[in-house]
Amino acid sequence: MSDAEAVAVESVWQGGAHPYSIGSKKFGMWLFIISDALTFSVLLMAYTYLRLSTPNWPKPFIFNPSIIFSSVMTFCLLSSSLTMVMAVHAMNHGNRGATVKWILATMVFGLGFVGLHMTEWVNLITNEHVTPFNNEWGVPLFGGTFFALTGLHMTHVIIGVIYLGIIAFAVGRGKFKYEDVEVSGLYWHFVDLVWMFIFPLVYLMSAKV
Amino acid sequence: MSDHSEAVEHVGGTTQSFLYVWIALLVMTGIEVLLAYEQVPTLIMLTALLGLSIVKAALIIAYFMHLKFEKLSLFLTLFPMLILCIILMMIFMPDSMRSLSMRVVQ
Repeated sequence: MSDAEAVAVESVWQGGAHPYSIGSKKFGMWLFIISDALTFSVLLMAYTYLRLSTPNWPKPFIFNPSIIFSSVMTFCLLSSSLTMVMAVHAMNHGNRGATVKWILATMVFGLGFVGLHMTEWVNLITNEHVTPFNNEWGVPLFGGTFFALTGLHMTHVIIGVIYLGIIAFAVGRGKFKYEDVEVSGLYWHFVDLVWMFIFPLVYLMSAKV
Repeated sequence: MSDHSEAVEHVGGTTQSFLYVWIALLVMTGIEVLLAYEQVPTLIMLTALLGLSIVKAALIIAYFMHLKFEKLSLFLTLFPMLILCIILMMIFMPDSMRSLSMRVVQ
């Protein structure tokens, strides 16, 4: 083998090397998270733009019960992140039984979030007559931006719960490795991360006592 | 950020550190809700909420998403670009104020 061939074989561009010391699944999830972060950033920027350019933007979220309600939703997501990180921690120590239990706890918190969110949506649509295209305050953009932002986020949560269900099922049957659980954890934490911006910007900035 | 080889992979936070991060996140959320209850002026409110949200996001990324324990090169590959793109999006914001003042008063 010539010197040039030896260098080519050792090059990271030849495959089989991990420039970031992480597996390709994890790196792939990180790239997805960054692209998804840009999607949510654009939606939050659009929301802020429309809010600034629209006079008389409504503040429909009365502190008690709306803000308390959404605070409980935030608590659910934050706690689900803790249980998810515990699942990854348990899998790291090779404890598959504990991993499944922690993932199931994460799914319960996730479903709790979705249930509360759905209740809030139903209340807004039936009692406050807010739809994506109309509302009683004469600011249809409020419904449009609110349902687009929270709807996309809730879709992510629902997909996350299904994803975690598949992971928990496989881990319980002795399949999948640590990296697979960690990658699903990255996705779940990202869903929590996005809510850390939606909650203050959409709910708390539109709160009234 | 700390370098680690394949041999010592999976080095990360402890259960205690995760618990502390969770408590810190809850406390910061509590402060945000308190600010909403006190109805502080909009600009102060927005600055405080965004500041707290960025700290919360950083805690989640560093500890829960494990980035603190990955190679620095991973962080440098992913985040400066993301932050720059988000800052560039703000270029539209002055226009939103302008369009508000251009509205025809009915």
